[in-house]
Amino acid sequence: MVVSISTDGKGVTDGRRLLDHDGPDRLGVTVRPHPGDLAATGTIALAFVSKRSERAIRPGDGSPVYLDAATAAPLHPVARQALLAALDDGWADPAKLYGQARRARQLLDAAREAAAQTLGVRADELSFTPSGTAAAHAAVLGGLAGRRRVGARLVHSAIEHSAVLHAAERHVAAGGDAVSVPVDRLGRLDLDAWAAALAGPGVALAALIGASHEVGTVQPVPAAAEFCAEAGVPLYVDAAQLVGRAPLPAGWSVLTGSAHKWGGPPGVGLLVVRKSTRWESPYPADERESGRTPGVVNLPAVVAAAASLRAAAADAAAETARLAPLVDRIRARVATEVPDVEVVGDPVDRLPHLVTFSCLYVDGEALLHALDRRGFAVSSGSSCTSSTLRPSHVLEAMGVLSHGNVRVSLHRETTEADVERFLAELPGIVADLRAEAGVVEL
Amino acid sequence: MTEPAEVLDCRGQRCPLPVINLARRLPELPVGAVVRVLADDPAAAVDIPAWCRMRGQEFVAAHPHQGPAYDVRRAG
Repeated sequence: MVVSISTDGKGVTDGRRLLDHDGPDRLGVTVRPHPGDLAATGTIALAFVSKRSERAIRPGDGSPVYLDAATAAPLHPVARQALLAALDDGWADPAKLYGQARRARQLLDAAREAAAQTLGVRADELSFTPSGTAAAHAAVLGGLAGRRRVGARLVHSAIEHSAVLHAAERHVAAGGDAVSVPVDRLGRLDLDAWAAALAGPGVALAALIGASHEVGTVQPVPAAAEFCAEAGVPLYVDAAQLVGRAPLPAGWSVLTGSAHKWGGPPGVGLLVVRKSTRWESPYPADERESGRTPGVVNLPAVVAAAASLRAAAADAAAETARLAPLVDRIRARVATEVPDVEVVGDPVDRLPHLVTFSCLYVDGEALLHALDRRGFAVSSGSSCTSSTLRPSHVLEAMGVLSHGNVRVSLHRETTEADVERFLAELPGIVADLRAEAGVVEL
Repeated sequence: MTEPAEVLDCRGQRCPLPVINLARRLPELPVGAVVRVLADDPAAAVDIPAWCRMRGQEFVAAHPHQGPAYDVRRAG
């Protein structure tokens, strides 16, 4: 990783030039002083991050290999630089009427403009929220509240993120109604059932995850959106695994994302509500963020989120080209080299960076611990690894084996050598666990 | 409902133990025989049918309110 920083003064920034140093081989964050100080100090901080990162040489076996980007991607170097640069001016309340507040406002406006431009939406359609979860809650409950005169029914896929399902539970507990639409064995939405659910009376909102965070299957959002348009029902798309990685699908009215999925800091979500969408805040009144989410935003983190979003999106096509074959390799090698394993999710219409498989007769928690001891950080949808002791509702909806489950998700720092080491060690780890449990011949 | 030849009581066991016990016992029964697995781990509802699919055995029925119970017929 090459990061060069030049600083010739203290204090920071107007943020308007936050992101204007892209070049063919570098992504930059430029932090300039407030315009009033510009003549005096010029540019005071620059951070350039080479697009061709030179990865640190790892010591041999045992060095940690982080393979859980779908939970949280490692902080992008652009996010780190932007966060540090924005700390000095990011503390003031952007709504106030004095110099410090104006500088904070400029940073916030610049971040919003950059994020909106990256997503191809209007800046006034985009709000920053305290997390992706908060954004998902607001998307569901606000979308339902805005159309309560039409009805109280939410139609959603069976494989939504738990944040969406928990919002749906809240809606049902308050007297509303929710219809869950099934998926097939590959985790792909049943479009006939989706169309039938939308044709029913009183549908206020439809929710469809853009791509499954658990198994990677990309959902048929454009087709689902056409049925929504025919029925006059707004579509909410949870795009947490797509934003910063893949082009957004067409046809949605409300969309959410989460910064730590693309290498931004934790604690920043995105809520996009398209113009003309009937959406009403489910929270007590608060004028910030267009009245969509209450409270002062964590401005330094928001700036870092916007800067890293732009950097991640600029690299997304190249990262897809690099990571998708590594995922193909994992899918193929796990299926052939680990006996009695079920690789799940759509093999073709899938996220470029994520793969999930289940190992027959293996305890998921034991497998995670064994992998952790060898330095591999992965996630699992097995019941024994969840606080509720229930299997993943996604694996359940697909009807695939839920025990011995492992989700591997790659990121910009993942190397081919990391993947090879994982593939070299996994068969032995699974074999040892099966031998310990006495299930080898079953 | 087909009467099972045998009942495997796996209540209180966490997955994958009910599936492992089923995998141990079923080959000892004659082809065509049905074993009923009692398992209260919620993962059994997913994993017993998935095991049947992977192993070419016949998943007959789930009885969510009796045990819960899962009937499996030895197909081969």
